[in-house]
Amino acid sequence: MSGPILEVSGLAYAYPDGTRALRGLDFALVPGECVALVGANGAGKSTLLQHLNGTLLPLEGRVAVDGHIIAPATLSAVRRAVGMVFQDPDDQLFMPTVYEDVAFGPRNLGLPETEVDARVMGALDQVDALPLAAKPPYRLSAGEKRRAALATVLALEPALLVLDEPTSGLDPRGRRHLIELLGAFPHTRLIATHDVDLVLELCPRTLVLHEGQLMADGPTLSIFRDEALLATCRLEKPLSMQGCPVCAAKRDTPWSARHL
Amino acid sequence: MGFRAATFHHFATLDELARGESPVHRLDPRAKVVATLLFVGTVASFSRHQVAALAPFALFPASLAALGGVPATFILRRLVAVLPFVLCLAALNPFLERAPMAVWGGLEVSAGWVAFASILLRFALTVGAAVVLVATTGMDGVTRALERLGAPAAFTRQLAFLHRYAFVLGEEAFRIHRARTLRAFGRRTSPAEFASLASQVLVRAWDRARRVHVAMLSRGFDGRFPERQSLAWRGTDTVFLAGWTLFFAAARAFDLAAAAGHLIPGVRP
Repeated sequence: MSGPILEVSGLAYAYPDGTRALRGLDFALVPGECVALVGANGAGKSTLLQHLNGTLLPLEGRVAVDGHIIAPATLSAVRRAVGMVFQDPDDQLFMPTVYEDVAFGPRNLGLPETEVDARVMGALDQVDALPLAAKPPYRLSAGEKRRAALATVLALEPALLVLDEPTSGLDPRGRRHLIELLGAFPHTRLIATHDVDLVLELCPRTLVLHEGQLMADGPTLSIFRDEALLATCRLEKPLSMQGCPVCAAKRDTPWSARHL
Repeated sequence: MGFRAATFHHFATLDELARGESPVHRLDPRAKVVATLLFVGTVASFSRHQVAALAPFALFPASLAALGGVPATFILRRLVAVLPFVLCLAALNPFLERAPMAVWGGLEVSAGWVAFASILLRFALTVGAAVVLVATTGMDGVTRALERLGAPAAFTRQLAFLHRYAFVLGEEAFRIHRARTLRAFGRRTSPAEFASLASQVLVRAWDRARRVHVAMLSRGFDGRFPERQSLAWRGTDTVFLAGWTLFFAAARAFDLAAAAGHLIPGVRP
């Protein structure tokens, strides 16, 4: 068994203006895990994500991805290992067509054109986006953009997938489609989101961030049953665990788990 | 949503036309870019009081547009959009040069008005040719051709990013403008307010540029754009470029319009 894919230890960071965004985080992700990162606005999620591919470098502690401790010298290896899907797909799709965009990463790796083509087609196929290949990014719908952005990262065959708010701005069908796609990936996944119902469906394990500290790290169900924790961290239960507004029935177990 | 619709429409149609199929579309982008540059250079090289000698040059954009399926109205609308800038440049001429110079249709015309007509005609020809070039090649094709012809990468990249993000930034600017309008109740924008709005747009553009750059770094960008699929230069491209170069040279050296007039009996220019 190989070691953890992601290992964060003693990670602390403060912005130049003195804001202490992260105050000593410790956690690790083992291969194949799908883990949620939840927390209120300003809890430090974005700051943490920026440490995972070296956009920010730790003031204290360290972050290791796939065995590489993140430092200026390891950046290119780290960025090959971490597939980061940004919140706004417009930031991620900058080439003239979807195909060109998905090919951008593999070509930067210096792969031969036949391999690039195979990677692009494979990645687009994985997100049901093959028909979008020739389209320019500004002709895509929000859901299509999101899937194309996902493909740009999949084409690099990353060891760790990091997703920032993958379902924001999607219509219910688009959201459902994306959840199904994410659930089927074999990658180790870290999903930062406010969509707690998605967390319940996809992630057996959840990390709760509050004011730059890790308040909880454990099974998703027990975290969302802990009313005191949720209140402290300004979080809410997933809708599927809340009482039914029509029949007023109380429940704290989601539909899927109640019938097990 | 007028602004959004208009911008979107502009890019959409230009894009759709560029994806079309025609003999002009099939030409190598480099042939079209070089021919267009030669065209612009030749048209610009005429002296400021020449008008009739420019007429044969209309053949280049007109024939490409016809063969490439670019509707005349599409080109005219683009011309009208740029017209105000050109009018600003040309408007002073009639006042500065009042000496009579030519007789058109029985009317005595001053040198200033001749220069005015010449500027407008040259503007219509060059901008028209540029529109036809992009509509039959695509912005992507144009930047690739420029890249392969040795234009500095900083310039071609700038052009490609401008095309990609003009719409996104334009929409952002529109949203800021709309947010202001909704609470302005008809009050006009003061200079101070305008400065604040403009700086908002700038800061957001800056911020987005930073995020795009991070996204590029995340996928292994090291300052060089990877080589894309190669362009294929064929015999027709050589014929196309050589033919038009000869035509431009001939039309520059001889007054073809006058010559045509002499060839057809009874017609005098």
